[in-house]
Order: sequence, then structure tokens, then C-alpha cells
Amino acid sequence: MPRIGVFVCQCGNNISSTVDTAKVAEEMSKLPGVVLTEDYKFMCSSPGQDMLKETVAKNKLDGIVVAACSPHMHEKTFRKAVEKAGLNPYKCEIANIREQCSWVHHDTTKKIGTAKSIDLTRMVLERLKRNKNLTKISIPVNKRALVIGGGIAGIQAAIDIADGGRDVILVEKEPSIGGNMAKLSETFPTMDCSQCIMTPKMVEAELHDRIQLYTYSEVEKLDGYIGNFSVTIRKKARFVNEDLCTGCGDCWNKCPFKADSEFEHGLTKRKLIYTPFPQSVPNIPVIDKERCPKILKDKCGLCEKVCQPEAIDYTQEDEIVVEEVGAIVVATGYNLMDEARFAPYGYGKLKDVINGLQFERLASSSGPTGGEIQRPSDGKVPESIVFIQCVGSRDESKGVSYCSKICCMYTAKHTMLYKHKVHDGQAYVFYMDIRSGGKRYEEFTRRAIEQEGAMYLRGRVSRVYEKNGKLMVQGADTLSGSQVVIEADMVVLATALVSRQGADSLAQKLGIGYDKHKFYSEYHPKLKPVETITGGIFLAGSCVGPMDIPESVSMGSAAASKVQALFSADMLDREPITSKVREETCNACWDCVTACPYVAISKKEIKNRKGEVIRMVANVNDGLCTGCGTCIAACRSKTIDLAGYTDEQVYAALNAF
Amino acid sequence: MRIKLQNSNIGSEFVKYIERISGETAMRCYQCGNCTGGCPVSYKMDHGPSQIIRLMQIGQDEEIQKANSMWVCVGCMQCYSRCPQSVSAASIFESLRAQALRSDGDHTEIAELPKEFLKNAPQQAIVCGFRKFVS
Repeated sequence: MPRIGVFVCQCGNNISSTVDTAKVAEEMSKLPGVVLTEDYKFMCSSPGQDMLKETVAKNKLDGIVVAACSPHMHEKTFRKAVEKAGLNPYKCEIANIREQCSWVHHDTTKKIGTAKSIDLTRMVLERLKRNKNLTKISIPVNKRALVIGGGIAGIQAAIDIADGGRDVILVEKEPSIGGNMAKLSETFPTMDCSQCIMTPKMVEAELHDRIQLYTYSEVEKLDGYIGNFSVTIRKKARFVNEDLCTGCGDCWNKCPFKADSEFEHGLTKRKLIYTPFPQSVPNIPVIDKERCPKILKDKCGLCEKVCQPEAIDYTQEDEIVVEEVGAIVVATGYNLMDEARFAPYGYGKLKDVINGLQFERLASSSGPTGGEIQRPSDGKVPESIVFIQCVGSRDESKGVSYCSKICCMYTAKHTMLYKHKVHDGQAYVFYMDIRSGGKRYEEFTRRAIEQEGAMYLRGRVSRVYEKNGKLMVQGADTLSGSQVVIEADMVVLATALVSRQGADSLAQKLGIGYDKHKFYSEYHPKLKPVETITGGIFLAGSCVGPMDIPESVSMGSAAASKVQALFSADMLDREPITSKVREETCNACWDCVTACPYVAISKKEIKNRKGEVIRMVANVNDGLCTGCGTCIAACRSKTIDLAGYTDEQVYAALNAF
Repeated sequence: MRIKLQNSNIGSEFVKYIERISGETAMRCYQCGNCTGGCPVSYKMDHGPSQIIRLMQIGQDEEIQKANSMWVCVGCMQCYSRCPQSVSAASIFESLRAQALRSDGDHTEIAELPKEFLKNAPQQAIVCGFRKFVS
């Protein structure tokens, strides 16, 4: 016969105003197996916990029900208390008679509340009688980290983890780390030169003893679980031997062929053997295999001839590397929305209509014009530029519903950059709202308007067309209620920030969630902003949503600190509430494998004595399983059960109702 | 209203002149509308105080001069006391009136006023009239 104690909490008057707690305790004492009941004012208080501990020890109780608030609040508290009294913590269960009872029933005669509390507590009691002793699952932690994405968020995360004394692998898709920030000219609101603050970080990452760079590489596959991931990385063929190359530049100087530069967003050309930009990290070129005639049809080969260290290797192939890590930081960043969708603004058709990142390159001293603002069509210095905000943002019909957040600030910055470089130039900005929330941001936009002479017009632009060599921008100024037409020399579109191309397929590989815009989902948008639903995988930067530099850096550091916390223990404790497979009855339909949102179920071979495979069964990885129960609902043969919530327990609870 | 906005509109000579004699900067205004909201007579104006400042920002000189707004303003300074950016619409209106009178042939020469009229008119009315219509 079990020896169970039931403790009913009054929670001041939170529970007792609509529930007769003494009556609940009295009813419970009549049930078989209950040896003791208590009606107490605040169970969670220190005296309450002490009373619980003493009672458990003195009466040799083997199970506890605390009828109190939601288990989200104090399940941990009470389980710890009974553990100290020598009981298995999973022999303590909570009956929620506050959130699910006293707070929703306003009957002060306490009739309804009391009756429901009795039912709820009795159900939990019956479940508890069938509880088994469970022990926390302990898994080892591999203390190396993987960072995916070498933009500012990823670099920050990598440096912080490495500074904490852990090895980091930094994987970057492009030939150089640096990401979008490396393209910027100056950064708001302090107007410091982006490259001046970015390149030291890049070099720090390159030279750090504990950081291993994989540039021009992509994550192909992820296996394993928190603390024990196995990552398959594809190192794309550079056709240049990284160990031999000195980065002298002879090859790209001699290469006779050109293609549009991705880094300069098509504003200028690059060679077919190239580094994206002069400060590339590492300073090792790649060959554009889609276009290089040597690779396509075995013609040319000039780079090989001029390369003194003989680093060029046309036979190089993609290399597959497998790395073992314990935690992952995903920092894959953003893309700008494809402006082709916005035909009325003429992007792609009118040469002098460019996007924000292109303007950054025009204004950058290392850009195609050496920092002089020249319009792309004829190199003329524009006398007027119209900046159009919210292109694609806040546009449910053609673009995205969300606000891209950084455009208000970078457009204000653009107007200043333009004014600083072209003193008699006039900047016009069409905006819907100026959203400048952030430290010193509002002052920055006001400065653009009041001191730097930017003309702000409140309204959307309807269309941009060409007339007599000028760009006619037709929009509205809703502040004066008028239609406005401006003759401009150049138009800059602040196009929406969207998730990185391929963000969804990477999420599927990693087993993390994403929203309808393919931005990665946080575990909790407020309280767990860098965690994902998958243990051991963290997020940083604008792969979560539009974000500026300070936010991305903070998030990179935050993710790093989460990784450090995970790495601070040798073994990792996990809740033992996981799915268990009864191998005898599993018929290998694999519905559970498809159903599991955490990719925790795999196929296991059952072998006979001779080592021959006789059948296959489902196998749950305790490290990955979160105990959500989806597989149990999917299982047709009732083969899977959840420890702590077995079918037997759940039915017993239902039957007690 | 359809506006063809040109670089010359921004900070036009007219706007600069008004800004100089009023001591106000039109670009300081961020169009919250508090002045128009609090003005006791804005409902009688063609354009409220905030709209007049907006028209200054986008250099619509004619529209400003055409509007009755400056003549309706009583100079109570409510607009200025409420303005978060410390722009005095009242000062701008006063400057607009002064500009209108200075440039307009239709202003009153004190010397030409009939003696009989001056004899019978209340003193305060003459002072106020001088203040508002003579510059």
C-alpha cells in the first residue's frame, strides 16, 4: 500500500477565496493510500518547504501531491524539497488548483471551486500511485562549438566563445568572412567607418588560436543532439591550394576575364579568379568555376602560369569534412529583397535606380568609385537623389508585412553621406513613418533633417519614370495633402530585408523552426530569444529578423554566453520525461519517425545471435527527445510510452474523474 | 494640389526671408500638429499653423501667401507654448503679415488718414491697427 501525503495550498487567498482547501484535504484523506493531508497557507514559502521535508521524512511517505499553482511555477521547488527528504523527485506531483481552478471560478460560495479541486487532486493522486522512480538523463558534452555564418554576429559569437577557452569552427559560405557589414560605408548613429571597425574583428577571428575558419564552405548535414553533434561540412573547391597561396594577387591581376562583382552588387566587375574585396579574410582567391574557360573547356590557364608558389590546382574537388561539436550558433544573416518585384520603381530597367547596399558601395572609400557619389549610368555627380523607404516592407500585397527596421536609420545616414560628399546636392526622402527607436537614433534622424538639409516627404512613391534624362519620381506628401513630382538624378530604394536565400533548407537540416518569412524562430520571443526549440542550437543576428549592428553583436555575445554555460559542465542533465519504445510490439511503420518534430527517433536494427538483422524497430534518442508526446499519438501499435506520463498513468487519472 | 518639387524650393528666398525675420527654422517642425490642435482659430484658417509650416518646408510660397491663415492668427502664442520643438508659429504668422504688408501696395499711410477719422477712432484701435496693418 502506498504512503502518500497530500498538501493543499491556500496561496494566501488566491486559492482559498474560491476553494475550501480544508475540505479538499479532508476528502483526500478518505482515499486509499493517503496517510496524511495538510492544509497550508503558502506551500512555496521556506517554512512550507521545511514542513514538507519534515513530514516526508517523519512519516516515511513514498509519494507527494501538492495541490497548488501551475507546475510551471513551483514543480521544481517541491521536487527539490522532497529530494532533500530522500524521495525520488519524480514521486512529487502537482495538482493545479489555482490557474486552472480558483482563478477561473468566481463562485465565492466555494461550491464549484472545491468540487473541481477535489476532482483535480484525486486525478493527480491516481496518476502518482503509478509513478516510477526516474533518474535524470546524463549526457556528455563535447566542448567545441560550430558557428554558421561569418558576418558580424557570427564573428562576435566565435570570438567570445574562443576567448572563453573553447575551440570554435566558423563556417562561411562566401570566399571571405565579413558578411553584409563589410560592405557598409559608415555606420549610424556615430558615423564610424564600417570597415575600420569590422576588419579588426575579421582579422581577430582569423588569427585566433581557437578559431578554425572554413570559408567558401557550407553545412551539408547535421546529426546528433545537444552536446554531441556531428556536422558534415562541404568545402567547395577554390581551385587554389590554401596552404601554398600567399595572396600576392598576380593571378587576379593577370586574369583576362571579368564578371559582375557580387560584393559590389553589380556596380563593377571582378576577375574570374578573385577575392571578394581587398581586405578579404582569408586573402585567398577562388576561381569562378561557372565561368572560367580553363575549367569549362580547358582554355587559358594564365593564372596557373603566373602563380609563383604554384598554388593553382584546376583539379581540386569539393571536400567533405566531418566535425564533432557540442553546440551550434546559427548566424546566417539576411538578403535584400529582389527589387525586380517593384516594376513601378524601375529597378533593373532604369540604371540610376539602385538599392541601399549599392549606395553603401558608392559611398564607400573602397567602393567602385572610391567613395565619390556618381550615378551608375554616366558617372555624373547627382544634384538630387530621391530615397524611397519601405520598398517591399510594410506591403502585404507585393512585399512583406513586417517593418525592416534598419532602413529609416540607414536612409538618414545615406542623406548625410550624400550631403557630406556633395555639398550642394539635395536629398529627398519619401517615408511612411520615421522609426528611429534606439540610443541616439531619433537625434540622428532629426540631425539629418534639421542640420543636413534632407527633405523628408511623408508618403509612398507611386512610380518612377524617365523624362529628358531625368528620373521623375511621382509620390505624395500627405502632410500637405499634395501630389509631388520630383526631377531626380538618382533614386535609392530602401528594399526590405528578407531571410537569407536557402534559410529554410538549412533550418530543415538543423531541425530548427522558422516562420512564414523564413526567419528562424526563437524558443521564446522574449524570455529565450537566442535559444531554438532544439537543445544546443542558438541564434544570433538577422537570421532571426531584421536587426541592426548593435543588436546583432549583442545577440552574438548572448549566444556565445549560452554556449559557454552549456560547456561549463562535463555532463548535461536532461529531464527523464522521454519516449520509451517497447521493442517487442513495434511494427516498424515509422509513423513516429515522420511525426517527431525533433528528429529524435531513428531506425534500429535487431540482430539475432549470428549477427543477422531480423527486424527493425524505432529507437528514441534521449538527448534529442523533449517528451512532447507527438510520437505516442502517432503510434498505431501503442508501442511508445512517455516516462512519467505512461498510458497507464493517464488512464488511471481519467478514470479517477 | 500638385507640386513639382525642385531643389530651389527647399529653403526658397521667401522662406529664408520669413525665417530670418521670425527667427524660426521651419525644418525644426516635425509635423505633430499640436499647434493646429490647440489654436483657438485654426478652424477658420485655410491652412492650420502646422500646415503653413509644412508649406514652408516644401517651399510653396504662393500657397502660403494666398491663404488667409496669417490674417486669422490672433497672436495668442498658444502654438508656441505647446510646441515640443519650440517653434513659434505665431512668430511665423507675424513675419508673414509683415512681409505681406511690406510688399503689398495696399498698406495704410498714417499721414493720409483723414483727421476726422483719427479724432473719433478709439485710441486702442488705432494702436492695434498700426501694429497689424502698418509696417
